[in-house]
Amino acid sequence: MQARTVEILVGLFIAAGMVALFFLSMQVSSLNKFSADEGYTVKAYFDNVGGLKARSPVSVSGVHVGRVESISYDMENYEALVTLLIDNEYKTFPVDTSASIFTSGLLGEQYVSLEPGGSDDFLQEGDEIRLAQSAVIMEQVIGQFLFNKAAE
Amino acid sequence: MFNKLQALGRSGILAIERLGRGHIFFWQLLKALPTVIVRFPLLIQQLFAVGVLSFLIIFVSGLFVGMVLGLQGYNTLVDFGAEESLGVMVALSLVRELGPVVTALLFAGRAGSALTAEIGLMKATEQLSGMEMMAVDPIKRIVAPRFWAGVISMPLLAAIFSAIGVVGGYLVGVGLLGIDGGAFWSQMQPRVDLSEDILNGVIKSVVFGVVVTWIAVYEGYDATPTSEGVSRATTRTVVHSALAVLGLDFILTALMFGE
Repeated sequence: MQARTVEILVGLFIAAGMVALFFLSMQVSSLNKFSADEGYTVKAYFDNVGGLKARSPVSVSGVHVGRVESISYDMENYEALVTLLIDNEYKTFPVDTSASIFTSGLLGEQYVSLEPGGSDDFLQEGDEIRLAQSAVIMEQVIGQFLFNKAAE
Repeated sequence: MFNKLQALGRSGILAIERLGRGHIFFWQLLKALPTVIVRFPLLIQQLFAVGVLSFLIIFVSGLFVGMVLGLQGYNTLVDFGAEESLGVMVALSLVRELGPVVTALLFAGRAGSALTAEIGLMKATEQLSGMEMMAVDPIKRIVAPRFWAGVISMPLLAAIFSAIGVVGGYLVGVGLLGIDGGAFWSQMQPRVDLSEDILNGVIKSVVFGVVVTWIAVYEGYDATPTSEGVSRATTRTVVHSALAVLGLDFILTALMFGE
């Protein structure tokens, strides 16, 4: 085969590989949504984080605005400390914003939902969200339901 | 008694010697990288033989593996009402495991065996010694371009395999089984992580590429220079590459995803 044909085919092959990698990073993993690691962090204390994990989504009204950066246990307050990383695009959440841990669907993964308050001051890097509602633990709900039934 | 002990000892020493020669050989291949870059046309020629000619088998296998994953995954997921998650399942299994591993196995069969047979035959017909007589280093001239072509081709082929596999899963899931196309992609995108999943998959395929091509060219270069020796070397290439790929895959998976 002619050298030129060989070179063209090799060029096509390398281009196909690049396109495949590009397809994997853009279409399969959506680079545009998750590469934005630039943002500011806010803290929230929860009694119980349930099945929340680092990298779980943070959303407001169902819109993805950030993710959970880390979860640790605070030995002074005896509460779970969750650090949220919120994209810089969403800079103006009021300081009295509240955070809750919900489950998407019945068996879905858990996420942090923010509910904006009415204050004129905005959350800054490192601020703490004071109103935090814990995860709903299925066992507790079922236990309570059975307890109420028994009382009837 | 002592004769048997001696035979055992000798086979042990020979095995270790061979392993040592293999590593020296690997080091020589790495050192030959500048020569390969200078002699670029040689590399192009080998990229064609190793990469382009493997393209079709990778493309077709990727498509079918993706389609089968779609069918099988659907059967399991539909019991939980989670058939929308088919996209995540197909993409993660391909990008993390099947893409690099199946590509490496096919690559060992398609390209690795050809490399061993080619180099082994060159040795058997004394072309390699002829080159040495002319003061041409056969490692730099013959072996290194083939090795580096394999190392470059493998990640590209694995990426093509995974991408085509996802498309195959999409064709079956959305086209045949009637999953919503938007849900297929939207469930997949947030759960497939760029560095965690895709980058690790690429790292795996690079490691497999190095190991498979190294085994292939070394078996050829070290083959007994007879037709029987070349045939045995070719068989060993495929068997050893397959074992090395599967074993390394476990180790890499444990390191990357095992926490």
